[in-house]
Amino acid sequence: MLISQHEQTLDQLQGLVEKHGDQRNALIPILQDFRDQSGQITDYAMQAVANLLKIEPSEVYGVVSFYSFLSERPQGNFVIRLCRTISCDMAGKQAVARQLENDLGITFGETTKDGRFSLEWANCMGVCDQGPAMLVNETLYTKVSPEKVGEILDSFKSRA
Amino acid sequence: MIQESIRNQITFSQIAAAEGLKAGLQITPEALIDQVRESGIRGRGGAGFPTGLKWAFTAAEKSDKKYVICNADEGEPGTFKDRVIFENWADLVFDGMALAGYAIGADEGIVYLRAEYTFLREKLEKCLAERRKKVLLGENCLGMKGFNFDIHIHMGSGAYVCGEETALIEALEGKRGEARNRPPFPAASGYLGKPTLVNNVETFAWIATIMVKGSDWFRGLGTEKSSGLKLFSISGDVESPGVYEFPMGISVNQLLTEVGGRGAKAVQIGGASGTCVPSAEFDRAIAYEDVATGGSIIVFGQQRDLLDVAENFLEFFEDESCGQCTPCRIGNSKLLEGVRLLKKGECSAKYLNELCKLAETMQIASKCGLGQSSPNAFLSIVKHFRKEIFNREPVAV
Repeated sequence: MLISQHEQTLDQLQGLVEKHGDQRNALIPILQDFRDQSGQITDYAMQAVANLLKIEPSEVYGVVSFYSFLSERPQGNFVIRLCRTISCDMAGKQAVARQLENDLGITFGETTKDGRFSLEWANCMGVCDQGPAMLVNETLYTKVSPEKVGEILDSFKSRA
Repeated sequence: MIQESIRNQITFSQIAAAEGLKAGLQITPEALIDQVRESGIRGRGGAGFPTGLKWAFTAAEKSDKKYVICNADEGEPGTFKDRVIFENWADLVFDGMALAGYAIGADEGIVYLRAEYTFLREKLEKCLAERRKKVLLGENCLGMKGFNFDIHIHMGSGAYVCGEETALIEALEGKRGEARNRPPFPAASGYLGKPTLVNNVETFAWIATIMVKGSDWFRGLGTEKSSGLKLFSISGDVESPGVYEFPMGISVNQLLTEVGGRGAKAVQIGGASGTCVPSAEFDRAIAYEDVATGGSIIVFGQQRDLLDVAENFLEFFEDESCGQCTPCRIGNSKLLEGVRLLKKGECSAKYLNELCKLAETMQIASKCGLGQSSPNAFLSIVKHFRKEIFNREPVAV
């Protein structure tokens, strides 16, 4: 079982190396695609991609842990990122945050037990005129209010 | 989901796709760089380096390969004008990049697009594909033999520091976004060690505009040291937040009148790394020679607690510091602790002075712009609002 998972990861990564190349500057595009396909960048994946690009695994870990949109932790199918920077803060992000935590039953930095939702803070998302702003995967929500949180979450609950 | 952000007449609307590119390709690369120089335009990302000079330096390098990079890692808190430019006038940005490629002798352009803007990617890719069809990109671009400029998009992964051009280049190379020592500057040795020109999204769009309307037109607007027009991202306690075009040198007062922000207590100019300007100084000019900004303007109403503001900014910097140099890594944490002490009414005057000294050390000793500018908001709030922040009643937490 474990072996077949490793083989699958390796296959995936080999495909991505074919797509992006085996040079160092291909590392981040490979990791981004792998994240989109698998959610989590596991220790094994980091080791395997290091072997394929002929760099040290610690280099890969250094990159994965540096960027907030790459993660070595398991992530839910839907990653919710709420902007915490000043304009969204003044527009009422705290009330939205509380509602998200209440509705999902988790705090920021956690993933729901069913593996569907992760909740994270984000720094300025570039929609400061329409805060509070929130990303769910790549979908942007603006002027989010506590009342709207339930509606938004429901729209994802029905999706795979 | 996202609403229209444009709030006044923006010059980019008058410029057709490829108009600036066609005009620029009529003249020699040297003449093109002269035009950019004569317009007086300075980098619209915020640092304000003269664009013409940057182009001339990169053009002067001899190399078989050069790169043009569009910095679309718009991460400064309170700025969103680059998003709006891509949503409405992406062609002008690509025109500007192609002009840069022609001027410095590069055939490859890269847009470094922040991860938060992934939703823009599809539209931008479509725009690039259209341009290839119209031969505005690719082999013998616009029928000019041997000019083979093309552009691809590289996604960021969420790191504010990558807005700094050498950190951005590190990220492109597949590394942690840690700023490099300079020199060498990217003009001499940038992406993959090749001469590289990095400009902001807005700068490229203005270059395309200047090619149509002329460098004299641009030079005639704004102030002597800060020529031309600029897009501003307005947020916070105002009636009509959004993107506005104003000439450089506009006073804070004038700007507040235009956006419906009269009666403000303070205005943060230049984002988290900028300066907090109190109402007593609202006659100051928004320009490189006075209060500089990449366009971020955050307005604070009378009800706002400026220690909350300082705390929010320092939490941001503590999180976004790349950690490679000590003044920035430790300094921001110490300043944040200090602001929390102030909030609790537990900060002595002596310790506050120590923190101010630390902040000044960070400005001098940090390796890149992040650490050099992160104490600005703290220092300006301590300077102008000492009475408000000092000796608070201890609050039960």
